[in-house]
Amino acid sequence: MAELKEFLKKILSLPGLSAYEDPVREVIAEEWQPLVDEISVSRIGSLHGLKRGEAAEPHRRMLLSAHMDGIGMMVTGIEDGLLRFTEIGGIDARILPGTLVTVHGRRELPGYVVQPPAWLLPDDQASGRTVDMKYLFVDTGLRSAEVSDLVRIGDLISFAQSPIDLTSDWVAGHSLDNRASVAAVTACLQELQRIRHTWDVWAVASVQEEEVLGGAFTSPFEIRPDLAVAIDVTFARSPGSPAGYNTFPLGKGATIGWGPNIHPALYESFKTLADRLDMPWHDDLMPRMSGTDAMAIQVVAEGIPCMVLGIPLRYMHTAVEVVSMKDITRTGHLLAQFIAGLDADTMPNLRWDDES
Amino acid sequence: MTPKKAALSQVPKIEKAQIALLERLSNAVAVSGAEGEVRKIVMAEIKDLADDIKVDALGNVLAVKHAKTEPALKVMLAAHMDEVGFMLVDGEDGLYEFETVGGIDARQLPGKPVLVGKDHLPGVIGAKPIHHTTADERRNVIPVDVLRIDVGNENGKKIHAGDRATFATRFQRIGPSLVGKALDNRLGVATLIELLRHSPAHIEFQAAFTVQEEVGLRGARVAAYALNPQLAIALDSTPAGDLPRWDGEESPRYNTKLDAGPAIYVADQGTLSDPRLIQHLLRTAETYGIPCQMRQPGGGGTDAGAIHKQRAGIPVVSVSVPGRYAHTAALVARLDDWQHTLALIFHALQDLTPAILEPDRS
Repeated sequence: MAELKEFLKKILSLPGLSAYEDPVREVIAEEWQPLVDEISVSRIGSLHGLKRGEAAEPHRRMLLSAHMDGIGMMVTGIEDGLLRFTEIGGIDARILPGTLVTVHGRRELPGYVVQPPAWLLPDDQASGRTVDMKYLFVDTGLRSAEVSDLVRIGDLISFAQSPIDLTSDWVAGHSLDNRASVAAVTACLQELQRIRHTWDVWAVASVQEEEVLGGAFTSPFEIRPDLAVAIDVTFARSPGSPAGYNTFPLGKGATIGWGPNIHPALYESFKTLADRLDMPWHDDLMPRMSGTDAMAIQVVAEGIPCMVLGIPLRYMHTAVEVVSMKDITRTGHLLAQFIAGLDADTMPNLRWDDES
Repeated sequence: MTPKKAALSQVPKIEKAQIALLERLSNAVAVSGAEGEVRKIVMAEIKDLADDIKVDALGNVLAVKHAKTEPALKVMLAAHMDEVGFMLVDGEDGLYEFETVGGIDARQLPGKPVLVGKDHLPGVIGAKPIHHTTADERRNVIPVDVLRIDVGNENGKKIHAGDRATFATRFQRIGPSLVGKALDNRLGVATLIELLRHSPAHIEFQAAFTVQEEVGLRGARVAAYALNPQLAIALDSTPAGDLPRWDGEESPRYNTKLDAGPAIYVADQGTLSDPRLIQHLLRTAETYGIPCQMRQPGGGGTDAGAIHKQRAGIPVVSVSVPGRYAHTAALVARLDDWQHTLALIFHALQDLTPAILEPDRS
């Protein structure tokens, strides 16, 4: 687990904003290379790792999809050397002032998101209210002339918070949504080195989930899996969050999704397996949609039976998200054991309740 | 060499060693009332620089370097050691309720890493995921009493209500800028250490590294009583509000500007600076060609507010290094402004004579 944590911290320290995932993809590819038989990159940048099954051809195919893109910002204007910006992915402007970022200009520039004093803002932005994102700046500490040389409109801005070992098990940082799941898929591939499996396993680190589900629509079309699992983070119970059906204790097990994005027979199989493995888990009820790659995967081509596994995460879409390594390794273990159980009977047995 | 050139050549320079000291000072944690970490650094730095050094009842470091000639003016230079931050007040399972110490805008807190307690344990101030908020809700500031410092379920046992915390920001030098969590007022502390190292022989130099400025100028008040100076200068950091206005119009208000040199105070919420001292500083700046600016009169305050009404009254002036985003995770100041501040005060002390206290205040 220590090695997996180091890998996770390594990919947390790399930028990989939606549609600009190259820096993080390279490092994931390096990690997956020895664990798979073939590795490739899709037309729009998703990473595909194929680990072949042992059955006679043609093999059934299982897709594991974990998006590798993260939220961030983009430069929209430059005023007196200070940068105006907009969001990539959903960001609550309230988490931004005082946040350390990297501006990806002609070279990488450190900077902080800053909130101008009240007297420089319109009256409706007065103290006591949130200052809208459009009135915030990024200050790079450089003078105006240098900024004009180094930064252009459209340049990316990524969070630069270094990963923090909050405890021996809990890691804090930015982009744990969804690098935590990339780590879980990696743990699964590692376990598969020691386990026989008959199906082909396609591990995918997908792109553009936070904006348009770009990878989730396209990789399954190319791969045409028989089954798919989207692995993503879900909401851990945390201060200020509702303690309702859709939040889960941190470090107390992964979640198994249930709702229209999920094939009910797959849900039953995962639930049964988790119980058999004596692994803690929680129902993640998704009454309308899952907010994950599964939304796209499910409707690719003639349709694909999908499952969603969730890793509980505190403070989602901030630079200080918190996750438990135990939940990550449990998720990897559950995936590997599920794959070990796949055989020639799996698809014929994937039935609806009302089928006889 | 002309006398002016000779004097200029003596100005202490901000070089690697000075920046390294500022870095250590800025990364140290010293929330008002718990200034020990900075005090320790100061004591180690000045142990060979003064004749008398003591720590008083409140925790101020008072260091006196005697004059080598008589009669000598007794001049107090004050720089506060404390910084704004947090105190944990209640909590369990590693999640702590906290209060702010000093003036911190609640809007600067969500999503920030912090350091907690004497061991600087890592923690984070989280926020509810955007997915669970409404657009209306996001217009409202998250109140401090809803936020928690999260140190995780293990370290929760190592910290207690009453422990202090600060932003976890690490000092950085970026291009022309210095960036840190506590440059207000470690810039003043570092300046005062350099001045003590290079103090003129003809004045009784009283250095006061003060406590609790951010919560009511308490250290400066008793330090000024104990030192009983004839005049005083407070060295601090003041906000630079020189950002563009939202509509592109020029703002008549900015307090101070970066790159415009040390900011001389005329009036703030607690002090009317002594006109003789202001004149002396302006003359010094002109003589030696040091850029400086007048801080726009208005609110805010420094140790000067407590010093100038001490005993029968002490003529006082404040000089600050301008810095953007004071009392947030990251203050941005300019190395040049710091160097000019050091140069201005250095020359002002060199050229100080008892004549400055003559009653003609014009």
